[in-house]
Amino acid sequence: MLTKPDIEESGEGAAGDVGEALVEASGLEVHFGLRGGLLGRFSGRAAGAVRAVDGIDLTLRKGEVLGLVGESGSGKTTLGRTLIGLTKATAGTVRYRGQDITALGERGLRPLRRRLQMVFQDPHASLNPAMDIRTAVGHPLRIHQLVADEQEYEARVVDALERVGLTPPERYLGKFPGDLSGGQKQRAVLARAIIAEPELLVADEPISMLDMSVRAKILQLMLDLKRDLDLTYVYVTHDLASAKFFCDTIAIMYLGRIVEYGPTAEVFANPQHPYTEALLAAIPEPDPERALPRELPRGEIPDAARPPMGCAFHPRCPVAVEACGWEARDLRTLLENRWLELAPEAATREKSLFADVESLAVDGLSTVAIAPGRGHSPEDVLEYLRHLREEASQAEPREPFWRGVVSMHAESGRAVVEFAPPRDPRLSLIPATGVQVACHLREPVGSTTGT
Amino acid sequence: MATTTLPTGPIEPDASAKGTRFGGLRRITAAIREARGVPRFMLWAGAVISALFVITAVFAPLIAPYSFDTYRSGGHNFPKQGSPDGDHWFGTTVQSLDVLSRTVYGARTALEVMLLAVVFSLILGVLLGLVAGYFGGWLDRILVLVMDALFAFPYLLLAIVAGFVFSGIAGGGVVTAALSITVVYIPQYFRVVRASALSAREATFVEAARAMGAKPSVVIRKYLFGNVIQSVPVITTMNAADGIGTLAGLGFLGLGIQPTQAAEWGYDLDRAIDDANAGMWWTSLYPGLAMVIAILGFTLLGEGLNDVLNPTMRRRRISKVLLPAHTRRRTVTAPALPDVPEGEAVK
Amino acid sequence: MTEPVLSVRDLRVWYGTDRGPVRAVDGVTFDVRPGETLGLVGESGCGKSTLGRGVLGLTPPAAAVDGEVVLRSPGGAGRNLVGLPAKEIQRLRGPELGLIFQEPMTRLNPLMRISQHFEEALRAHHKGLPKQEIKARALAALRGMGIPESRYGSYPHEFSGGMRQRIMIALALVLRPAFIVADEPTTALDVLVEAQIIKILADLRKNFDTSLVLITHNLGIVAEACDRVAVMYAGHIVEQGDAREVFANPQHPYTRELLRSTISLSTTGLHFIPGSPPDLVEPPQGCRFHPRCPVAMRGCATVEPPEVVLPTGVVSACWQQAIEADPALADELGPGGREPLAAVKEISVADEA
Repeated sequence: MLTKPDIEESGEGAAGDVGEALVEASGLEVHFGLRGGLLGRFSGRAAGAVRAVDGIDLTLRKGEVLGLVGESGSGKTTLGRTLIGLTKATAGTVRYRGQDITALGERGLRPLRRRLQMVFQDPHASLNPAMDIRTAVGHPLRIHQLVADEQEYEARVVDALERVGLTPPERYLGKFPGDLSGGQKQRAVLARAIIAEPELLVADEPISMLDMSVRAKILQLMLDLKRDLDLTYVYVTHDLASAKFFCDTIAIMYLGRIVEYGPTAEVFANPQHPYTEALLAAIPEPDPERALPRELPRGEIPDAARPPMGCAFHPRCPVAVEACGWEARDLRTLLENRWLELAPEAATREKSLFADVESLAVDGLSTVAIAPGRGHSPEDVLEYLRHLREEASQAEPREPFWRGVVSMHAESGRAVVEFAPPRDPRLSLIPATGVQVACHLREPVGSTTGT
Repeated sequence: MATTTLPTGPIEPDASAKGTRFGGLRRITAAIREARGVPRFMLWAGAVISALFVITAVFAPLIAPYSFDTYRSGGHNFPKQGSPDGDHWFGTTVQSLDVLSRTVYGARTALEVMLLAVVFSLILGVLLGLVAGYFGGWLDRILVLVMDALFAFPYLLLAIVAGFVFSGIAGGGVVTAALSITVVYIPQYFRVVRASALSAREATFVEAARAMGAKPSVVIRKYLFGNVIQSVPVITTMNAADGIGTLAGLGFLGLGIQPTQAAEWGYDLDRAIDDANAGMWWTSLYPGLAMVIAILGFTLLGEGLNDVLNPTMRRRRISKVLLPAHTRRRTVTAPALPDVPEGEAVK
Repeated sequence: MTEPVLSVRDLRVWYGTDRGPVRAVDGVTFDVRPGETLGLVGESGCGKSTLGRGVLGLTPPAAAVDGEVVLRSPGGAGRNLVGLPAKEIQRLRGPELGLIFQEPMTRLNPLMRISQHFEEALRAHHKGLPKQEIKARALAALRGMGIPESRYGSYPHEFSGGMRQRIMIALALVLRPAFIVADEPTTALDVLVEAQIIKILADLRKNFDTSLVLITHNLGIVAEACDRVAVMYAGHIVEQGDAREVFANPQHPYTRELLRSTISLSTTGLHFIPGSPPDLVEPPQGCRFHPRCPVAMRGCATVEPPEVVLPTGVVSACWQQAIEADPALADELGPGGREPLAAVKEISVADEA
């Protein structure tokens, strides 16, 4: 069984403040234009857009620790950066204490930067190698003109260094980043982040580049800082284990969207989305007694420039249903995976039924007309596909793909496969848990008639 | 173990605490100190020759027996095209000028022009490179276009054209010569600085500075400059060597500094061509030799610096390790006592 | 018991630096049996990667290596790789010794198709292999890793990170080596892909009877994929034995502390090891872990502990167990040697890695 992390203890200092909304995002979108090939570059047209963040609503309360969890390419880092105005949103709003920061220009944001800080993944890269610790840590004070004289400056830098455990501070003031170890550098980065008295700290994988034995120390330090300085954190990570310990609220992201969002304890004790379940199952446990063989989701996170239709997770989902967004690409994946397991001769034989399997690789095909291979009729193809469906219906675990196929018929010399119309799952609240989840399987009864 | 105990008593301030402003340069000096082998030789030979050149140039009035335009002394003219003797160690020219004095003063001219040219091109090139590299966009495109156009020109031709333009404005002096050479070198600094600014701009620490709320000017000054500047010393020394050659080239073509303004090796060489045909070697040998030595000095210095500072050229010094005899660890076998509670040993 | 594929005895790999030799690997002894996976864990800078390289003869020319690395081909006599000319080792690499690196993209030539990578690898060690055969073997290896045939002619950049790592594994397996070293094979990968790769590695021993040394800092991976584990600290192996046994019942204080400080799903409190791994130019006297050890005794700071073979087969280099095993050994710690060492309290918080 999963044990409940002791989150109350860590948040006790700020307990009185919890509730006041600090940052609210609504309908937030960040789309990056892709430059196409040589021709596209000349014509200046974008070849497509990567939807790094694709319609996100969330509320961050004061004193809360929000975890943004996902694989690389899930948009978690972009979302974290957009929340503090480091990346421009292409649509939607982010309100910090009621003020829409997406409407502000670089100049307008600058005074706010003092309150909205960021800690980057690589402590080594986030300190200027040509700047000593005294100058680097205190630089926010100079930028925002927070100190009157050198004495005050020095005192505040020393105080910040002491707070992050770089003691005695005198030993570190004159050092350069190159003289410090990874953990010490991350401490210096934290000192720089807190020196201007911020309210919100976005920490982008702050411990993933550190050694095992140091990670816990830095997390503990962050908890201490939060308690002492009344901070609010956004913790961006791919590591569910540390998020479980560290966060009050957790948002699981997949391909630019939040798929599950709710109180950490609830999400971990009772994961609602199949993706969350998969992530939890994938964490290696340092306890061989508990390392059980398990079913892992197939494949990898898809290309964000060509996201799957419907629910983005459906191609990897073991329990997907018909409305999850099945399309031609999924048929191709299915066939290729089948042929991988067959003997080469059998695979070649089956492959010859199709004129061109690669033609299925186009995105967004809800109906596909398959040209049969030379010497084969569309009926042969259909028969083969029906045979596969028959086979799959007896196999365990069941292949969810066939649930999405509504009809297969021959039409003007081609085998036409029609898929169920895709529906985007929406985040909806699971009653009595406070967890929101975007999955067709968890939708409240009666609301299934959607887009 | 040293790392396990706290330092007791007063903590001595770190030695490096003083040189904080140019933290980037600290790495350069450290690298130079660590240099060994051929790069070390080049560095030191180059430094010694360059230092001699600079000393000669600075103390020219003390070293040279006469001024560069002196043709008479003690009431009578110097011999015309006189061969080297006790009065004129290096002989005299067709204009009755003392070759030794001209050669020594030539060093002075070369140093002046070189310094001015390097300073001008350094300031302009680094500034433009930083701005183009950090801001990017249309400004960058235009600057790159202009600089590439300048770069594509044969450098001497460019210097000649610039020389013509500037001599109309500033006359035929040291400043004009320096400006014409500057035009040639700006693109070099620009390219190098822009390239490193481009890569530094993507660095997390620049991003972090932006996240702190730093203005672009602050980011450029405090975060980019120190990291970009490290590639500059190598180009500077190489350019210094090249600049001497270009200056002489201009002088040789009669386009550089007017002979009345200063002594210049290129001009002297040009005047000495006819002498050489007539068997008078001294008027061409000494200025030519001086030029070769000066260029050699700076080239060695530049190449040495490049070898030492350029990470792709730098090779870790290998010190051979001699392994002392190994004493194998003893092995103790714990007796299998099923009744002994195992937790005892663990706790 | 079957004869080990690889026996390492007293292996030392020291690097020269300006400050003196770095004792990256300092007297390490272990065996790898056929079809077995040995996990090599430790913090960064403990010498685990150097050990992996030392075993494969990939140490830089300036490093001094001694001891024995005996590789036994099936049915053949063993031979010591230490001191073997570089050319000889190069010939063994591939057909007998395989290697899987951390970042697959840097190890695949971006200008060569996947097919060419396989052709090159197979041709280098099997001269005159017909093209048909090369393709058949390459495709079989790729199929085993779940890469469809249609991707055989693709370039490395057309694959995702996880696929590239699968290709690297297929490339290592195509020559059917008896022994593979995998150096942090999943560090650059996502959680789910990492789990897939671990599963593949765990299946290796079932399907190919390949022995594997898996170098990693992630204890969870070792628990999932390894039969045996060796814990390294400061150039020494401080504890080795059956993975289940070591994880369930860690003997050496370092193993215990490392397990406690790992953040896992069952973490309820943060724990960490004070201080940082020592400088390997001047490692601490006695037991190298003593400055950070919570149960260190005075004698630990002066006398190196013996290796204690425990009844479970686990070997731990710690005085606690040594005295437990043979109380007479306590005399070696000198008078008052068993008093607790107080130095640990003085470690500065920030003296860390």
